[in-house]
Amino acid sequence: MQERIALTGNEAMALAMKQINPDVVAAYPITPQTEIVQIFSDYVANGRVKTEFITVESEHSAMSATVGAASSGVRAMTATSSQGLALMWEVVYIAASNRLPIVMPVVNRALSGPINIHGDHSDTMGARDSGWIQIYSENTQEAYDNLIQAVRIAEHPDVLLPVMVMMDGFIISHAMENLFILSDQDVQKFVGEFKPHRPSLLDVDNPVTVGPLALYDYYMEFKRQQAEAMRGAKPVILEVAKEYAELTGRKYGLFDAYKLDDADLAIVVLSSTAGTARYVVDELREKGIKAGLLKLRVFRPFPYEELAQVLADRKAIAVMDRADSYSAFGGPLFTEVRSAMYDAKKRPPIVNYIYGLGGRDVNLDHIRKVYNDLVEIARTGEVTQLVNYLGVRE
Amino acid sequence: MAKLLEIRWHGRGGQGAKTAAQLLAEAASSVGKYIQGFPEYGPERMGAPVLAFTRISDEPIHLHCHVTEPQIVVVLDPTLLAKGDVTQGVPEDGIILINTDKSPAEMRQAMKLSGRKIYTVNASRIAEETIGRPIPNTPLMGALIKITGIMSLDALLEDTQKKLAKKFAGRPEVVEGNLKAVRRAYEEVQGE
Repeated sequence: MQERIALTGNEAMALAMKQINPDVVAAYPITPQTEIVQIFSDYVANGRVKTEFITVESEHSAMSATVGAASSGVRAMTATSSQGLALMWEVVYIAASNRLPIVMPVVNRALSGPINIHGDHSDTMGARDSGWIQIYSENTQEAYDNLIQAVRIAEHPDVLLPVMVMMDGFIISHAMENLFILSDQDVQKFVGEFKPHRPSLLDVDNPVTVGPLALYDYYMEFKRQQAEAMRGAKPVILEVAKEYAELTGRKYGLFDAYKLDDADLAIVVLSSTAGTARYVVDELREKGIKAGLLKLRVFRPFPYEELAQVLADRKAIAVMDRADSYSAFGGPLFTEVRSAMYDAKKRPPIVNYIYGLGGRDVNLDHIRKVYNDLVEIARTGEVTQLVNYLGVRE
Repeated sequence: MAKLLEIRWHGRGGQGAKTAAQLLAEAASSVGKYIQGFPEYGPERMGAPVLAFTRISDEPIHLHCHVTEPQIVVVLDPTLLAKGDVTQGVPEDGIILINTDKSPAEMRQAMKLSGRKIYTVNASRIAEETIGRPIPNTPLMGALIKITGIMSLDALLEDTQKKLAKKFAGRPEVVEGNLKAVRRAYEEVQGE
């Protein structure tokens, strides 16, 4: 049984956390994630969850306590944003290399400086090589659904990797939207009981070492297995999505292709902007222009084969990045999509747009401009300006 | 109702512009509409001008950009009228709803406004008399649904009752006062 209600992104994430009912949550508040922690701590205080809630003095400690809890053989979660994720940094990598199935909502927010509280992807794009699975959400519904699925993905024996689930700061975290929610029982049944994948640190009869020293003798074997786990995550993500669709009717994949089958022009984008772009696709289709959209959901593991397959027949592609990588080349999504297309039978011209940094609004006119540029690129087959900054004063 | 209705709320920090934008959205959701309700976050503090937005539609809303051309503007504090143009982006047939003790005609003259439709209601006084505090947001919701027909008064009252009963558990007089305020503003709002 599902209920249709209205919640903000933060409320939806907090509700999903309540329904997951993790054993331990260690968290520190940071804008725009604060409400998740605040609402969840209310659930704890009111006895609505059995979670042990650990208040900590920083995000470094939040992730450290979460790693400790997960190592002791329980289901552990935290949540953060921006500078909070930055402060967690060294422990974020440890969570992944220790193969701890931690699930963490990350409310995307720009990194300082200048100081900015609004939504862009610079925080989690910086963590793209940390070994965490990364799932991006377009709206409150997806944030809720992705968080519940993340538990199953993280804890799957073929994976055992931490998962971060993203939504755009303020644009989604503080916006109320309609969504369908499951009952507590259905979520409990879906995520199942936590089964530790190895003896707990507290199990004195079966002692294990977690986080040992491994130099050139074994470090590389650890890393090789970690890479293999990320490869193994792709089928699991799809398997979990299939089961979730049976429960909810809502289908998820590695990405969502909208009117892409016969499209000449395609935009590739993450998160909330995909909704605005979908509106423009419909508008252009009414005018007979073959526009399509690819909204990437799973950025880690990066579905390069699947992407190349659905993008190969397009005449022009624009990849939109809500973060710059300062490589003096292009944004992180752009370089990876472009690389994925290298082995495609046809290589359509690809152009990059950096947009929405620090929460700058990206409106219908911006998206129309991108499709307009694609019309020209498709016509000439040439990209004159590889990397473009959308809606900026130059 | 229009395919997509966009509303911009002008208030001052502490007046409940965000709460109103989201309460109205929630109420519209309860009768099956698709909604969004969100504030604009700047460096706000008590008393500083703030904006909030509501989108309501019969179809799913995918847009995640700012509202720049709202069909309806609600002004929670008439002193904001002297501080910049609240009519910015509002189309010729758009609606301006103002919390004031003045009539629509007086407001039109004071604002030197042509076109658009002006409605007024003394939401602060209604709130003072019913809730005991001059918080104009709930009465303005009553006025707004009267003007737009987004939903029936009964449906709004029912949803508001449910929401406030949760928020003000153990303080039934606050809930009752708010419901009275919604009903009075629904009845007292004046158009041109």
